Amino acid sequence: MNRAHRAACCAVGALAPAAAAAAGMHDALQPAGPQAGHVHALWLLLLGVCTLVYILVVGALLIGVARARRGDERAPADVASLAQDEPRLRQSVGAAIGISIALLAVLFGATVVTDRALARLPLDGALHIKLTGHQWWWEASYDDPMVSNIFSTANELHIPVGRPVLLTLEASDVIHSVWFPDLAGKKDLIPGRTATLALRADQPGLYRGQCAEFCGYQHAKMVLYVVAEPAAQYEQWAAHSRASAPPPANDETRRGQQVFMQSTCAMCHAISGTIANGQQAPDLTHVASRQTIGAGTLPNTPSALAAWIIDPQLAKPGANMPPNGLPPADLQALVAYLRTLQ
Amino acid sequence: MTAASPPAAAGPVSRPHRREPAFELRQRYGGWADKPGFLGALSTVDHKRIGRRFIVSAFAFFVLGGILAALMRLQLARPDSALIGPDLYNQLFTTHGTTMMFLFAVPIMQAMAVYIVPLMVGARNIAFPRLAAYAYWIYLFGGVMLYAALVLDVGPDAGWFSYTPLAGPEYGVGKRSDFWAQLITFTEVSGLVVSVQLIVTIFKLRAPGMVLTRIPLLVWTMLVTSFMIIFAMPAVMVASTSLILDRLVGTHFFNPAEGGDALLWQHLFWFFGHPEVYFIFLPGLGFVSTIVGTFARRPVFGYVAIVLSLIATGFFAFGLWVHHMFATNVPELGKSFFTAASMVIAIPTATQIFCWIATLWTGRIVWRTPLLFIVGFFLILVLGGLTGIMLAAVPLDLQIHDTFFVVAHLHYVLIGGAVFPLFGAFYYWFPKFTGRLLDERLGRWNFWLFFIGFNVAFFPMHILGLQGMPRRIYTYAADTGWGPLNLISSLGAFTIALSVLLFIVNVAWSAKRGLQAGRDPWGASTLEWATDSPPPPGNFHPPLAVAGREPLWEEGGIAGRVDGLHDDPPELLVTSLLDATPQHRIVFPTPTIWPLVAAIATTVLFIGSIFTPWAIVWGSIPVAITLIGWFWPSKDETLKHRKVEVKP
Repeated sequence: MNRAHRAACCAVGALAPAAAAAAGMHDALQPAGPQAGHVHALWLLLLGVCTLVYILVVGALLIGVARARRGDERAPADVASLAQDEPRLRQSVGAAIGISIALLAVLFGATVVTDRALARLPLDGALHIKLTGHQWWWEASYDDPMVSNIFSTANELHIPVGRPVLLTLEASDVIHSVWFPDLAGKKDLIPGRTATLALRADQPGLYRGQCAEFCGYQHAKMVLYVVAEPAAQYEQWAAHSRASAPPPANDETRRGQQVFMQSTCAMCHAISGTIANGQQAPDLTHVASRQTIGAGTLPNTPSALAAWIIDPQLAKPGANMPPNGLPPADLQALVAYLRTLQ
Repeated sequence: MTAASPPAAAGPVSRPHRREPAFELRQRYGGWADKPGFLGALSTVDHKRIGRRFIVSAFAFFVLGGILAALMRLQLARPDSALIGPDLYNQLFTTHGTTMMFLFAVPIMQAMAVYIVPLMVGARNIAFPRLAAYAYWIYLFGGVMLYAALVLDVGPDAGWFSYTPLAGPEYGVGKRSDFWAQLITFTEVSGLVVSVQLIVTIFKLRAPGMVLTRIPLLVWTMLVTSFMIIFAMPAVMVASTSLILDRLVGTHFFNPAEGGDALLWQHLFWFFGHPEVYFIFLPGLGFVSTIVGTFARRPVFGYVAIVLSLIATGFFAFGLWVHHMFATNVPELGKSFFTAASMVIAIPTATQIFCWIATLWTGRIVWRTPLLFIVGFFLILVLGGLTGIMLAAVPLDLQIHDTFFVVAHLHYVLIGGAVFPLFGAFYYWFPKFTGRLLDERLGRWNFWLFFIGFNVAFFPMHILGLQGMPRRIYTYAADTGWGPLNLISSLGAFTIALSVLLFIVNVAWSAKRGLQAGRDPWGASTLEWATDSPPPPGNFHPPLAVAGREPLWEEGGIAGRVDGLHDDPPELLVTSLLDATPQHRIVFPTPTIWPLVAAIATTVLFIGSIFTPWAIVWGSIPVAITLIGWFWPSKDETLKHRKVEVKP
């Protein structure tokens, strides 16, 4: 824990809105998949050409002003150029414009080539995920030809390494934008429209994505993680995710489940295999298996979870979850129950 | 001929006229002089007084917008900062962007034009001067409304672009976005009115002999800008009015659930919003052309190429708007068209840059603060232009769009392309505005602090964007690793603040104690330097006729004087559009309080309609009354007009 974190801990008593548990990678310059890789190649070309042009133009300017004769406001100006042509200047400027046009043509060509490469990501056997943006969290629904195999999760995607993923993007309220800098460029989620984003992770890892389109109050705390893992591991995770939540095994967790079902929790959240089927908030069937809570706001630890339940407004002011004044024993039981939802 | 004594320097000797008693002014300048006292100040129609006020107000909004930026940089200086919460932060960045675009950048360029353009073309006032007064008051009241809203915690918070549905009735609760939309209405009215005036001034009030090819480059930029404003503003007018209608009376233009379209807003907004960048940028280029020419002691190379570049920019600017929307699901092939257009627009700007470099290579350079700011302009703008080409490439844009990379890019372009030339222009024309020079030593400090502070503040943002930091976030976690660069950036921001403070000190000190400027301290070539500093009411006594592109430099550049124009009633000469041959004289409108009263009535209507649609019905009555008062002819003036009428 860093210093800011500790200080904030003291301030709120339990937990801070400070560093989340998982850092995750988020760097457009370290591509981990073909889509980000193509863009990275284009970036290198543009960076090279633009740096060269900058050096040439600014060099010409600085050399020019350094070499030029010094003048005086009181001396008469040189108006000879009004009467006569300046062929050398005309040719130099003309050549510079010509070179600029040629370079722009090259860059435009490179852009089109990159565009085509991006559009040609093979999508055979792609994993289909429907991603819906909400203020301020992400809902993911893993599609499957077998309806009973469809399952939902929130704020954290798992994808198999090497297999293309097709995200179908929708928004339930305002415009959001999904962006994993290591994997692909961003795409907006617009209410009333459906967009798609294709990507593939070629290296396993934890990739951090964040909403990129200003979406209101908590635009800053709308993180979406991607866990890219080997296919076998992914299949295991998917099979586990399809399963209902395990029933509570001891008295405390039974009491926790009761608290969940009888308080306001169940009105918004769903836990499959129980009567809780709210659709307004993240699905909690496997909440304990996720890295963070509150869309990247807090690390997923028992104390953070307890602090979040009591008052989400401390860590994420404006979030749509109300404070819950539960008695300590109920809170403890509820946290214990939620921790069993692996 | 030397700059110290231009050939047309006849007439009253140079001395500040402001301290002269009003009756003396009226005696000397007839109907051009204002009425005395406070009421006279409120009813002035002198383009110089209005322009000066306009410039000072717009600069005040620049400082206010800068303070908001400084607050944001304080918040972002370290991770997980609890200094400013999301609610205030969102209002801060929205008001910062709105201020800088709508209350500073566009208006101050128009304000500079209101002051300088009539002088540069040799006119005795701006066309439709009462409208100029009205435009100023409307602008001022709109700006005051925005800041009143911010202070009352109803400042807009949906971004300066106010995307729907976030700014719509369902998610933009309260009146915050309504204040934003009405601010747009205020600035639309003001901007359109000034554009019309500038176009008419440039087309019809030029000095005899100032044919098209003798129009100063700065005037060309203002002409192109004014036309762009007239063509672009209607789009945002439709957009902001539709937004108000959605919010106030429940139309569903932008509501997908009722058959509207959320993306329609973006098309309308950016169809205006991209050209708007060029409303700010082109006048900046005009300042560069002027200053480069004067301090290289030669005419700018490639006059025709520069004029054609400006006009080309004016056209291309309308074909780029979708590059703000590459992340939406606009068809991919369509996006390529906008990539091409965004790259093509680099060519006219590059052309101008090459022409200026050629001018500096072959000139005899005089190192003064204005030129220093122009060199700063080159170093910053070229970098901003190149990152603009990166953003034009769709695939790369999808990585850096809506990140701090774009924040860096837009500040490189707008501060480099417009604010640096603007500061150069302040140093350049301050002697004309006040009769005194700004201090050179403070000027150099001002420049270096600004230049260094700017790069320290904004260069790291490129890297932050590539490292995944999105725009418009009020905080970030420490483990993102964005902390150190943000801290550096904040330190740069405070350096900029210090340099702007130095500038204000310089202005305050130099206005009282600066060196006396005389008519033409720089040995410049254009007509504004042929009259006193500051120019008297009516500008030129008598008006001049020109016979060259650089009238004060060329032998015989001033062809003669215009005789036979009355000062009371004030008369000026209307010339033909292409060749500036004299056509007829017109009697000019006199000072009146009505534009101010009409602006107050309009303000009541605009602000009232935030709260009830009935404000448009009842509010239009006082507007109508004040406009009738405005146009009602007075008996005295009609008699005066009759007296000077010449029967054919």
